Amino acid sequence: MELALSTFVRSIFVENMIFAYFLGMCSYLAVSKNVKTALGLGIAVTFVLVCTLPINYMLENYVLTEGALAKWLGDSFATVDLSFLSLIIFIAIIASFVQLVEMVIEKFAPTLYASLGIFLPLIAVNCAILGGSLFMQQKAFPNVGIATVYGLGSGIGWLLAILGMAAIREKLTYSDIPKPLRGLGIAFIITGLMGMAFMCFSGMNI
Amino acid sequence: MGLLSNKNKEVLVSPLSKNNPVIIQMLGICSALAVTSKLEPAIVMAISVTVVVAFANVIISLLRNTIPNRIRIIVQLVVVAALVTIVSEVLKAFAYDVNKQLSVFVGLIITNCILMGRLEAFALGNGPWESFLDGIGNGLGYGLILVIVGFFRELLGSGTLLGFQVIPQAFYDWGYVNNGLMILPPMALIVIAVIIWVHRAKNKELQEN
Repeated sequence: MELALSTFVRSIFVENMIFAYFLGMCSYLAVSKNVKTALGLGIAVTFVLVCTLPINYMLENYVLTEGALAKWLGDSFATVDLSFLSLIIFIAIIASFVQLVEMVIEKFAPTLYASLGIFLPLIAVNCAILGGSLFMQQKAFPNVGIATVYGLGSGIGWLLAILGMAAIREKLTYSDIPKPLRGLGIAFIITGLMGMAFMCFSGMNI
Repeated sequence: MGLLSNKNKEVLVSPLSKNNPVIIQMLGICSALAVTSKLEPAIVMAISVTVVVAFANVIISLLRNTIPNRIRIIVQLVVVAALVTIVSEVLKAFAYDVNKQLSVFVGLIITNCILMGRLEAFALGNGPWESFLDGIGNGLGYGLILVIVGFFRELLGSGTLLGFQVIPQAFYDWGYVNNGLMILPPMALIVIAVIIWVHRAKNKELQEN
């Protein structure tokens, strides 16, 4: 329980997907122009992270790592090491899951589907999602619960970042910025400053 | 019919400045920032991405008439993932230390927006040779930004380049101190912002309103 709480808080603030690892920057910069779409995308990303991380965790620990197959297929598989396949398996899971989510939303919530539009299929190539799975692989979480909590925390961290950014950019339309910096340039500087603010959480432990 | 006609040369050269993937097209920013605290991983990353973009472009361009439109994203992802797996295994074998430093970012080449962006925008509509040049050009344009950012961050942050001390000891004796902030993630963003600033101040037609 303690571990779950600390993983949750760390993944939101200390190891924030955007400010500490720059994952999902592309859609973060492209979609943060108004708060409403930013919120929609943030929720969709969080949802996909929460769903794909446990699936990938199970695959990693029961199929892909060396000797994992031996746990349930018998000792003759003890030397099989499939870890080189992990990239392809992870991205396939993520892409098919996004497709699935898209179809479910289209069928049962057409209004939400219309408001998310093009951003739904693009979640498949959001670095934050694959990054979550790869960090999960690197950190070797003890059980699937912690992995899910990590997914939830990373998603919320991403949501916070894009929401804050969208709010600032909405206000920014009224400010007098040097011409060459307008648009992309100032967005980078703001993200940098937000990142510095988030750095005050580093080293925080529960 | 030369291999480098004017149009092909344009395809190869324009991503270096006027149509740079990172600072103009906004593609592949994630990894551009994360691997640049030192020059060496930045160079290795640039080479890996160039190789993957070039070959993924060629493969998709060859397959472009046989891929059903509805599932093209999954096909592209599988092609890219296979190439990245090869690159990652090669790095593990021949450059293990750098591979450790790059950690998850080698795998993240798969979702690097440069790949999907160029595959969608170029390889699906052009022949294999043009696509190959486009891949090389965009890889180099991406690498250029990576190397510039890596250069300044390593020089100002640790006083070294590629691990060799370049700022003389005498400076430190007079009281010069490395700027530790340059190593931290936020400064990568600021450095890129400065590059954009300089680049757009020179190319006025690129400015946004």
